[in-house]
Amino acid sequence: MSTSAAKPRVATVSLAGCFGCHMSVLDIDERIFDLVDIIDFDRSPIVDFKDFTGRCAVGLVEGGCGNEENVEVLRSFRRNCDILISLGDCATMGGIPALRNLVPTEECLREAYLDGPSVHNPSGRLPNDIELPLLLDKVRPAHEVVRMDYFLPGCPPSADTIWAALTALLTDKPVQLPYELIKYD
Amino acid sequence: MSGNIAQTAEQVCGAFGDDPARLMDIIRGVQQRLGHVPDAAIDAVARRVGRARVDVESVVSFYAFFSKEPKGRIVIRLCDDVIDRMFGYDAVRAAFEEELGITLGETTPDGRFTLERTACIGMCDQAPAAMINDTIVTWLSTDKARRIVSELREHMTPERLVKRVGGGNNGHPLIRAMVHNSIRRPGPLIFSEINRGEAIRKALSMSPAEVIRAIKTARLRGRGGAGFPTGLKWEFTRSASGDRKFVMCNADEGEPGTFKDRVLLTERADRVFAGMTIAGYAVGACEGVMYLRGEYAYLLRYLEDVLEKRRADGLLGRGVMGRDGFDFDIRIQLGAGAYVCGEETALLSSCEGMRGDPKNRPPFPAQKGYLGCPTVVNNVETLCCVTKILEVGPATFNMYGTSRSAGTKLLSISGDCDSPGVYEIPLGTPLGEVLEMCGGTRAKAVQVGGPSGRLVGRDGFDRLICFDDLATGGALIVFGPDRDILEIVSRYMAFFVDESCGYCTPCRVGNVLIKRGVDAIIAGRAEPRDLEQLEDLCRTVKSTSRCGLGQSSPNPLVTALESFRPEIEARLRADPNGYRRSFDLSRAVRPTEQLVGRKSVHT
Repeated sequence: MSTSAAKPRVATVSLAGCFGCHMSVLDIDERIFDLVDIIDFDRSPIVDFKDFTGRCAVGLVEGGCGNEENVEVLRSFRRNCDILISLGDCATMGGIPALRNLVPTEECLREAYLDGPSVHNPSGRLPNDIELPLLLDKVRPAHEVVRMDYFLPGCPPSADTIWAALTALLTDKPVQLPYELIKYD
Repeated sequence: MSGNIAQTAEQVCGAFGDDPARLMDIIRGVQQRLGHVPDAAIDAVARRVGRARVDVESVVSFYAFFSKEPKGRIVIRLCDDVIDRMFGYDAVRAAFEEELGITLGETTPDGRFTLERTACIGMCDQAPAAMINDTIVTWLSTDKARRIVSELREHMTPERLVKRVGGGNNGHPLIRAMVHNSIRRPGPLIFSEINRGEAIRKALSMSPAEVIRAIKTARLRGRGGAGFPTGLKWEFTRSASGDRKFVMCNADEGEPGTFKDRVLLTERADRVFAGMTIAGYAVGACEGVMYLRGEYAYLLRYLEDVLEKRRADGLLGRGVMGRDGFDFDIRIQLGAGAYVCGEETALLSSCEGMRGDPKNRPPFPAQKGYLGCPTVVNNVETLCCVTKILEVGPATFNMYGTSRSAGTKLLSISGDCDSPGVYEIPLGTPLGEVLEMCGGTRAKAVQVGGPSGRLVGRDGFDRLICFDDLATGGALIVFGPDRDILEIVSRYMAFFVDESCGYCTPCRVGNVLIKRGVDAIIAGRAEPRDLEQLEDLCRTVKSTSRCGLGQSSPNPLVTALESFRPEIEARLRADPNGYRRSFDLSRAVRPTEQLVGRKSVHT
């Protein structure tokens, strides 16, 4: 189990997302003090851990999978976390990045790097650095790549929603979100 | 050019009195004369009949046999049903493609040939089959396919492909088809000899109410599959208010695996038309319409001729059989390749010159049907039964069958059996007995009632063919011990995906998802959870779709699970790491790998 046996560990990641869901995590404001009383952050941009340091109770996943690296990271989350939560609409359904699913991969890349009206690319080549992860043919929601346990809808889910879900999970209570937290009109 | 197109379109409109309700015939006419229905023709038709342009265009785009794009002078439509796949469709298709030098869906550069696939054309007992324009070719082989193409190249006349005709009226000069009836077991009622005119004479000697009572006494239930009591339906229509009423014969036999109506129309057309006439007398209608599926267009001239003879003999027209005040005539409405039009409200939409969209019920057709008038819609076989009931009396009719399922039923049997064809059996016959009749006792499963019916495994072979147990519109498809159940389910789902009218989301989207899920199981990439979700999805599609199509489209999977759950579950496997096995990373990165010329380091 985790290094500090007393506190469960929570990991978070933003895949093909905009970090808006992470902003919403930070929007829990001063409750973050309550949060760190009951958990330790593990791999997460919030604490800037680049890799897992131990087994995690909960993984929050923002964004779907748009490239091979997203897939690898999501799979490592699945291996290292007991519970995985799709956080927000991109993780749940693909969201804005998935709009490119309507366009074939080649057309997409050509428009972005070769043919687009504002593109200046005298080499006429697609970016191909070894550091650049390869795009997937389509953006996949998280649950099409690994098994996901919970889904928190919203763009982004509100801080209250995230707070309610996390605290319920961490205190072994059923996750029951009142209607106001998951209604969006 | 577009002037000529408009002129042609206007001429066709004129021939149908610029009647928007005859849009199906108008567009068919334009398609026949121009080879397609271009924008200019759509504009002209919309102007002439006074419909919005989009109404006309949506009719053109809805039906498989209409096209905005130019087609070849000869359109070869390969029947792509489960049965055809079982009996060599792939090889036949490859032969056609090779010989024509095009792939499925394409037209030859010289504009002579188009090769397409189409849903079941009602020739399952002589599969693989195809339509070449309106000519049916059966029992195709690769040799035959090559011969057909080389012959057509010479004379460009599909009719001349028919060298030998099938039995019975298939050899009639107005039909001349190579189609076989294969009536393996004619029964005492539906296929009995006709005494032309007798049933109508007897009906006219009774009051309309008495005719309805006779049908009720006979306990006749609709033969299309749903089994609604025919007498009750007539009574509703009779008592509905309205001066103008209609009788519709549903001859849109589109359920894959069904072909008994084709045989009835070939051999017992008089009995069908007599049934419509009797229905007209009983409900107070003067007009009848037979909606004949486009695939059976080769029967049209013959059926028109039968109608003409009936008019000449006083069995149709003003004062039927000399009865003053009872006028009744029938016209034939040709469909254009849309399964959903067999659903009665979609059929009405189509007859009214619209897309074949189902309508909301209520109001039921009996209250507000064709053109808003009270309408009886009956299946071909039901109408044959009507005539027989009048001929021999209700007591003789319900001597056969069971108390709640009276009479005999036609079955169209195809697939892995010795003697595919049409069988007339008393309702209440056990499925196993039927399999003995047709030499299909080795079967692993039988699809009863076509894809919208149910797949029955050996555990259900003692079940009875009747309305209260195995209800069927007549299709019985036998699958031998070596057939893969899920392949069958997947093919049937493909059929529903093609045929969904697209109006409601559960059906339009749900069927695609079900097919994908089934294919994932076949590919060995599904997990136990996937099946749970699939079953959940099936329930959603069934309970939230708008018409019978979506309400029954998940049936292939749902019923396959009833008999074959262990076999299907054995193909599921969870991933120990919780990765989704349906996701294939190497396939997902392949397009980008090829574009940038570098291999993924993760696959």
